[in-house]
Amino acid sequence: MNFDLDEQQTALQNTVADCLAQQLDTPRLLAVVNGDDGHDAALWRTLGELGVFGVTVPEAWGGTGLGLLEAALIAEVLGSRAAPGPFLGQVLTALAIAEGGTDAQRERWLPRLARGEAIATLVLGEPAERWQPDEWTLPAADRLAGRKTHVLYPWLADVMLVGTAGGGLMLVANGEGIDVERIPCLDPTRRLGHVTFTGAPAEPLAFDGARLRDAALVLLAADAFGGARRCVDMAVEYALGREQFGTVIGRFQAVKHQLANMATDVEPAQGLYWYAAHAFDAVAEDAARMAALAKAHIAERFLQAARGATEAHGGIGYTWEYPLHVWVKRAVFDRAYLGSPTIHRRRSARLAGWTSAA
Amino acid sequence: MDLSYGAEYERFRQEVRAFLGDRWSPDWRRDPGRIAEFRRQATERGYLFRNIPRRFGGSEQPPDVLRAQVIAEEFTRARAPMEPPGNGVRMLVPTLLECGAPWQQERFIPPTLRGEIDWAQGYSEPGAGSDLASVRTRGELVGDEWVINGQKIWTSNAQNCQYMFALVRTEPDAPKHQGLSYLLLDLRQPGVTIRPLKMITGQSGFNEIFFDDVRTPADWIVGKRGEGWQVSRATLKHERSAIGSAETYLQQFDKLVELAREVSRDGRPAIDDPLIQDRLAEIEGYVVAHKYSTFRQLSMSVNGRDPGRVSYMNKLVGTEIGHRIAALAQELIGADSLIMPTYERGHGVGNERWMNQFFGSLGVAIAGGTSNIQRNIIAERGLGLPRDSAAGGGA
Repeated sequence: MNFDLDEQQTALQNTVADCLAQQLDTPRLLAVVNGDDGHDAALWRTLGELGVFGVTVPEAWGGTGLGLLEAALIAEVLGSRAAPGPFLGQVLTALAIAEGGTDAQRERWLPRLARGEAIATLVLGEPAERWQPDEWTLPAADRLAGRKTHVLYPWLADVMLVGTAGGGLMLVANGEGIDVERIPCLDPTRRLGHVTFTGAPAEPLAFDGARLRDAALVLLAADAFGGARRCVDMAVEYALGREQFGTVIGRFQAVKHQLANMATDVEPAQGLYWYAAHAFDAVAEDAARMAALAKAHIAERFLQAARGATEAHGGIGYTWEYPLHVWVKRAVFDRAYLGSPTIHRRRSARLAGWTSAA
Repeated sequence: MDLSYGAEYERFRQEVRAFLGDRWSPDWRRDPGRIAEFRRQATERGYLFRNIPRRFGGSEQPPDVLRAQVIAEEFTRARAPMEPPGNGVRMLVPTLLECGAPWQQERFIPPTLRGEIDWAQGYSEPGAGSDLASVRTRGELVGDEWVINGQKIWTSNAQNCQYMFALVRTEPDAPKHQGLSYLLLDLRQPGVTIRPLKMITGQSGFNEIFFDDVRTPADWIVGKRGEGWQVSRATLKHERSAIGSAETYLQQFDKLVELAREVSRDGRPAIDDPLIQDRLAEIEGYVVAHKYSTFRQLSMSVNGRDPGRVSYMNKLVGTEIGHRIAALAQELIGADSLIMPTYERGHGVGNERWMNQFFGSLGVAIAGGTSNIQRNIIAERGLGLPRDSAAGGGA
């Protein structure tokens, strides 16, 4: 048994972490936060050159052909740095095309997606909280007609992966028959729009929408873990520097215990997202349930940690200027996007057979 | 990442399983003679006392946490006895191995391993709980004997123990931590009074012990005079570096799900109630996270990597899970939580048996360092916050 990362995985995670530590300093993050796009094209290019977007793309198509675990390790780092941009849709569309696409679809999209030259997004949500594949109602057709909601960066996307009635997926190249309505996004490191299809040409893709949803839940859980741990670290760092009553506040037991509780709530969850990702890659019978459990559990831990960190900071944590609020809002996003913790716990209960009928 | 054990360990597992099939029967569980003989054979095979030298009756195996894991799994499955429980094997033996004189090791370790002598832990006192270094029980060297006067408390199983290892103040003029010695003493002598304390459960599991001119030989000291604090820490280091297992909580959680299938709410099985499902899944998030967190720590330790701050958190994580399980169990058993639990042949009966788990979870929050002491340790050693000199750094 070896429930640990191998050298390649550790190196991958460290490389991305080092890159972001160098590139995405606070002024640069705040520039995105206060800008219109929620995107940093230069940072995106840098990450593309590092191979971040090719992680789920087979080598034959210009990627590194790794698994969801490796993508999740990257997502943890992105969450830790609150990195902006359409990473989620990028790697998951690539994963879906790699596993379920025709050679023509692969040829057309994978090499460009792997390099980050083309951008992809997921078009899944529908009005009234219809996030889950078995709730999608958009009819699958050669030309799509209908409304999808809460889409990340639809105006940037060259290609959209669209969930359709029955839980299937279709590929749509951005162009005719697509109306995008930008909406104000609470999370300043991401941007959202609603999408109305009015006859957009679509191609079927042989990849199960439920499996795509599971992968997305794992990446959100990993992002949330990275964010949660970062909130704990920021609170600890602040407690080591801030002086009141003639000493650093980290010397007061009330503060120490609050931070210890926050850390204890967060830290064990790393193994949970590792396993959920590993199960997606290698343990089919656990994949759906562990993805649901990981997203529900860790998104809540993130929001709790973000709240706790804000309280530990006092007034400065309540300002726009100090960056902690960025993680608070990213935590809200990770919690609500693709369905709340309650929804995924209910799914997990159903998948576990927690019913008298079983 | 590979959660299978691999061919080498699966072969080893077959070997352990074959041994257990040959040499152990669950019918012998109450037969001390059979148990002792079985332990002897299992030690000879290298399955028990793996980190204890052969000359003291151990099996002196190279460290291999995965083999240890396989052994624990197979012995548990076969309901076969592992090392004798209690403070002797768990605390005194590692302490003697690290700090004991050769004659102490030779005299005390072998019979302790064989389960022939049991040890009481003489640490806490009425005035020395979390602030353990403030013990006041006095030891004075008179001729070639220590004469001990004072009181210890929370001493589990003392009625059945022949010996005690104790922290005793032998240097009253030295600073707090430098005034203690680690003494061994025979509890079966005049001047020792053992008074059982009735626990919150109504049972008696721990005791007060009074010392009135109790005597022990001058050389029954482990380490030097005034070094008792460091000697006792040597044991705690072993205890805390143990990652432990989430297995207890996984099993408790499975029983909780079974309970939800058995009891009714609003005239239908509780397991069908969305609120109960949600609370179960909420707890499962913590339980499964802890499970893979322990796997992760175990594997990283095997690979020579530092698992990081989480290694200070395992006790508090388990305590919190126990609390959550207790809270939902009480919700599920409803009015049965009004009933005082009873035991039949050591097992709880009726739904009210869950109140034993409730009381047990409360005990876990206190024994071996309270949750607030754990929070000090996590904050100071895990997060690097300043040590609180008044609290002795949560040591």
